[in-house]
Amino acid sequence: MRRVAVIGTGHSKFCFNSPKTSVEMLAEVAMDAINEANITPKDVQAINVGNVLGDFEEGQGMVQSFFANDIGCFNVAASRFEGACASGSMAVRDAVMWVASGYYDIMLVGGVEKCTAMGTGLATRTFAMFGDSRYEYPAGFTFPAVFALLSHLYSSKYGIPLATLKEQMAAVSVQSHEYAMKNPNAQIQKLISKEDVLKSFTVSSPIQLQDACPFSDGAAAVIIASEEAAKKLVKKPVYFAGIGQASSGKLSSQYKYLPRIHARELASEQSYRMAGLTPSDMDLCELHDCFSIAAMIAAEGLGFFEYGKSGEAWENGATRIGGKIPINISGGLKAKGHPIGATGVSQVYEITRQLRGDMADQGRQVEGAKNGIIDTLGGDGVLISMILTNE
Amino acid sequence: MEYKLTFKDYNKALKQDKLLGLKCNDCGTITCPPMMVCGECASTNHEIVQLSGKGKIATFTTSFIAAEGRENEVPYTIVMVELDEGPWIMGNLVSMDTKKVTMDVIGKPVQFGNRVYPGDKYSNGDMARPAFSLLE
Repeated sequence: MRRVAVIGTGHSKFCFNSPKTSVEMLAEVAMDAINEANITPKDVQAINVGNVLGDFEEGQGMVQSFFANDIGCFNVAASRFEGACASGSMAVRDAVMWVASGYYDIMLVGGVEKCTAMGTGLATRTFAMFGDSRYEYPAGFTFPAVFALLSHLYSSKYGIPLATLKEQMAAVSVQSHEYAMKNPNAQIQKLISKEDVLKSFTVSSPIQLQDACPFSDGAAAVIIASEEAAKKLVKKPVYFAGIGQASSGKLSSQYKYLPRIHARELASEQSYRMAGLTPSDMDLCELHDCFSIAAMIAAEGLGFFEYGKSGEAWENGATRIGGKIPINISGGLKAKGHPIGATGVSQVYEITRQLRGDMADQGRQVEGAKNGIIDTLGGDGVLISMILTNE
Repeated sequence: MEYKLTFKDYNKALKQDKLLGLKCNDCGTITCPPMMVCGECASTNHEIVQLSGKGKIATFTTSFIAAEGRENEVPYTIVMVELDEGPWIMGNLVSMDTKKVTMDVIGKPVQFGNRVYPGDKYSNGDMARPAFSLLE
């Protein structure tokens, strides 16, 4: 297989109630990515788009084709990927394989979502569609409830008193809000304290409002190219060193591993093995912190901390710039925002720009970073891991 | 190949307070809720068995928000129960005031019953779910 690079990036501000349509949001970031890659829409051979709920948000299915036409990629093959909150990462991983195989040389990958158009009730209903509709939705399954179940399980399984765990979870949210202050694309730019987290509304015990990411609108795009094409087009291509994807079934079927997510561990093993790298080689990480506890479970599953120990890592600064492994220096899903179809592409955007050294102006550059990993979790059952490198 | 135990048949039995699962003739594992294959070894050599409906609470949450159309159900407590036969299933804890549900319920023995969710425009019909009560 050929080496594959990211050669262009685009990212909207994530927000509540975007005045733009999904096609408009996606077209704007795609044109930014195309311009950065020094190509034109005519050079794009195929398009992958992560979009989860366009049908419910705007009554718009098949957004990828209307988007392709809007940016002048007339009649180009365009595909939509749906893997709940990991849809954007699925779209990227698939494009990497098409280019690696030699079938295409240049692809455009976008992700877009207008979650807030649905309102909280319908958004909660449609997000719950990414759990098991027959065997688990009847009990009142929602995603806050899933991570609330895992929080209590984490507390009991690892012997961490709930009050201590709650403090650790709050530390995750506090850090994300701090870094989001430096990210102009972040949806929430407001510092919060541990006390703010612990006094916020309880959504599903023990998850409180400030343990949870917001509903978001937004888009992100990247241009993916073969190494040969990349070297001709840009000065600093960033390469995919490893990719991995795994799936899992309904939450209860995962009982032997919970609160660990076995599919995440399999997906990240695939990407570490392909890259020939280990967790200690990673210089930064963007992981799926849809809830504070989700970030802690993810950091352990990716091999950065022992099981039951990641809360301490957030509390002692190991997850900040200068710490053992800087995590979610973008502000994460918690504060950057989580327009679900765009999230994976946004993570690739973040790591790419960090590895190019572009974040100094924003005061959040991880100096000397060579390798970065992204982790995305979709619903109960799509886990994706991708490692990027500038070497 | 047809399912040994479909959702329709599982749901019908659940509404009559009968919890059905599948016992694997190759590895002995009980799978519940049902699947096409054994959840452990992927064998299709399994048979329908009626489970005791007894187990202990593995984890829980009390939800104060609900999906559209289910707002009148809050607050409600979701539990994952480790059945005596091994597998975990998701249901509700219905025998306790939600305000009194704390970490202390983890590990407590429960007995199963059922409640029916009438469904909404997306759900293609109604569905029963396990409704657990603490065994005092």
